[in-house]
Amino acid sequence: MNESRGVLPAPVEDLLDVALVAELTVISETGRPVTYPLIPLYDGQHIFMTSAVLFSRKLRHIKANPKVAVALTDPVGVPAEPFARATIQGDATVIEDDLHAGWETLLPLWRAKEPVIDSFVKKRFGIPLFFERSIIQIRPRRVLYWEGGATATAPQVFELAELG
Amino acid sequence: MSKLELTDAVARADGYSHAVVSFVGADGYPVSVAGEFSTDPGRASLDIGPLATEVLPAAGAEVCITFSHIRPQSGIGYDERRYVNLWGPAEPDGDHLRVTAVRATGWDEADIPFFEYAERSVPAAHEYMEEVGDQRPHLSKWWTFFLATRLPFLTATIVPVALGGAVAARDGAFAWGWWLLALVAACAVHLGLNIANDIFDDASGADSANVTPTPFSGGSRVIQYGLVSRRGMVRACVAFYAVAVAIGLFLAAERGWWLLAIGAVGVVLSLVYTAPPFRLVHRGLGEPVTALGFGPVMTLGAYYVCAQQWSWEAVYISLPVALLIALVLYVNQIPDRAGDEAVGKRTLIVRWPESRVITAYELMAGSAFVLIALGPPLGITPWWTLLGLLTAPMALKVVRGLRASYGQPYALMPVMQTNIGLHLFTGLLLVVGYLIDVLVG
Repeated sequence: MNESRGVLPAPVEDLLDVALVAELTVISETGRPVTYPLIPLYDGQHIFMTSAVLFSRKLRHIKANPKVAVALTDPVGVPAEPFARATIQGDATVIEDDLHAGWETLLPLWRAKEPVIDSFVKKRFGIPLFFERSIIQIRPRRVLYWEGGATATAPQVFELAELG
Repeated sequence: MSKLELTDAVARADGYSHAVVSFVGADGYPVSVAGEFSTDPGRASLDIGPLATEVLPAAGAEVCITFSHIRPQSGIGYDERRYVNLWGPAEPDGDHLRVTAVRATGWDEADIPFFEYAERSVPAAHEYMEEVGDQRPHLSKWWTFFLATRLPFLTATIVPVALGGAVAARDGAFAWGWWLLALVAACAVHLGLNIANDIFDDASGADSANVTPTPFSGGSRVIQYGLVSRRGMVRACVAFYAVAVAIGLFLAAERGWWLLAIGAVGVVLSLVYTAPPFRLVHRGLGEPVTALGFGPVMTLGAYYVCAQQWSWEAVYISLPVALLIALVLYVNQIPDRAGDEAVGKRTLIVRWPESRVITAYELMAGSAFVLIALGPPLGITPWWTLLGLLTAPMALKVVRGLRASYGQPYALMPVMQTNIGLHLFTGLLLVVGYLIDVLVG
């Protein structure tokens, strides 16, 4: 296993570094799991996602219950070599002190993964409410990891406190 | 995301590569695991597996089954975005999980384009921003001005005013200073009109009812997006009209009181276009009002400011430009059709079936080119104005585009762009024709 550069196991970090889509599962006020496809960003400590105020239901769910999971499952959306699957459970915080510009602090991470984001931001005047965004900051707590993406077998489980 | 019929949702799932099962684990955190699946749309049920028994939910636990597809396009973003969420009670069976759906939602951008999906969510966005606290969406002052005034549409004013100046130049009467003042006044009326149009379309509900706006249609949206308040728009509107009226009075006093009549007609046309009780655009009269205001009124006004006399030539050469600017309005109303109809804004596009709309376009565009072609042999306009015929292929391109994409607002965007270019380039070629005639004598 390569050396981890942050709080997550190295193979999971490798997945996150290339993932263009992850499935964020939150828990609704009624206790129902609800899953949303979003782009994940990772700075070595936290997983970040952003949500436009246009699509804010997930933010309300997180504020009511911060327990979430981020799954990396799709070989197309997660073009890692070798492919694997992982689910990262953690505690989410919604950061929205500045909906207009606060999320732009994530642009370096976003740009590294998806350079086209800069051209979208330049055209924010075309769809201004899409660029009023909350940050979802997730502190990882546990990881389920399936080598080769083989979910018929039991996952390796990493309790992150044990990772040090 | 929209609610889906259960059997439809399960049938849609068949097109995806894998399922993601999510449920709430014993410690209260969600657990998500991907797996292969098969469907039984008739029973609205799914079978997912094989899955490790360690990550299977308990019997009866509510699970969310997600099917997600996206195609990353390098340097562009994504396309083919779609997903389906199904919920139901877990029925574990060995290393398989069966779920009979009791609820389903989803989105497919092939059914609802992303921009429409976003537009439908605008009320929810405002509700959320109010919850969050004292935050309002905003853009830079420049972009707010650009959007609120719909600045690029000033080409509709620049072309006829330039044409009036060009006719005056042929008569040896062009006067830069007066012409520039006329241009500023005409632009001010136009910007005031654009803002007034937004104010009245907001008041009537037409813009809110329109969930498929494009950069060329559906208004500026600055009120709908909360970028500018209604009061702010009214102030800006009054300011632009005040500038126009002040310059107009000055020009009338200096260059001739007939200008007062021409300017008054322009201002009145711009107001009765959408202002109640007239609301001529609601009565299917938007095109003739636009043609008159952005054709003869502006061209003749610009000519009179320079030459201090009437000119039938200026009126004649403004007619093709008038027809083409009316066609800009006409085509740009096609994506607004559903929203306009919902609030009783009965434009020609709302009143007529697609075939008649396209036939009328062909007739009006054809008439514009016939007028250009007849001007020189009739001795009205210089031969060089035949340059204006060079844009005829653009009109054909618009017709082809209308036939191909009539019911698809976003696919119509290049068609609307070409149609705006048709007016702009035809008008500029007419101006160039006049200038060449002046230069070569």
